[in-house]
Amino acid sequence: MFKNEMELKFAALSENQAFARVVAAAFATRLNPTVAEITEIKTAVSEAVTNAIIHGYDGLDGAAVIMRGYIKGREILIEIEDAGRGIEDIEQAREPLFTTKPDEERSGMGFTVMEEFMDSLEVESEPGRGTIVKMRKIIGG
Amino acid sequence: MERNGNLIVKIRGEIDHHSADRIRHSVESQFKSSGARNIVFDFARVSFMDSSGIGMVIGRYKELNKIGGRVFAINIGSELSRIFEISGLKKIIPCFASLDEIENS
Ligand SMILES: Nc1ncnc2c1ncn2[C@@H]1O[C@H](COP(=O)(O)OP(=O)(O)OP(=O)(O)O)[C@@H](O)[C@H]1O
Ligand SMILES: [Mg+2]
Repeated sequence: MFKNEMELKFAALSENQAFARVVAAAFATRLNPTVAEITEIKTAVSEAVTNAIIHGYDGLDGAAVIMRGYIKGREILIEIEDAGRGIEDIEQAREPLFTTKPDEERSGMGFTVMEEFMDSLEVESEPGRGTIVKMRKIIGG
Repeated sequence: MERNGNLIVKIRGEIDHHSADRIRHSVESQFKSSGARNIVFDFARVSFMDSSGIGMVIGRYKELNKIGGRVFAINIGSELSRIFEISGLKKIIPCFASLDEIENS
């Protein structure tokens, strides 16, 4: 089966969000996604990268986010990893409307958007160590 | 632009965490100086929006709610339509095809 992969490491700065989602979309183009599928991948990546930057690192100097992409058959898998503070209660964090930053106009919908726009979402996290978000999507499914 | 008590805010480009703060500040200062009662967000030129946009719109909704104003949205294209639905934004913010439609409603 045809396989492909990529890895990208970038500074945890909000100005890199657009860059990260464009790279993910470009990586997916070999699967001939529809415009709607591209939008879904870009939005899900934007959510995960934003979370890594604002929740994981919260402005920490010199921090980096790693994005990995894998393509196997018609499936794309995207991983977003940070070495930030981690998540105490993953189940609670994934609930719609749950946010630890309500005063900063966050809606608590990031994980819900990732779940809706991708076919599956896995979150691995350890407090004090960091978080990896794994998202899969079948293109043309 | 202000028309019949509505401040029309035309957002351009992509709304994410990086741009949401700038948009928020610009909307707030425009609203203060306009003397308008309501805000109408025009999404015609928005090519991308994530949950930072949801937070920004709901933030304005909450603020205007306190002073008896309302927030509307117009020109939500097919790309933004899904996120408006998933987030529940469509239930909170009345969405219209155009400004005329709001004024005639
Ligand atoms: N990478 C991460 N590191 C640490 N905590 C995280 C991370 N990602 C998510 N969280 C926690 O999970 C919560 C829920 O995340 P989610 O993206 O659903 O909502 P939000 O980021 O708070 O708001 P929104 O995404 O709507 O702007 C966050 O408030 C935060 O506490
Ligand atoms: Mg989020």
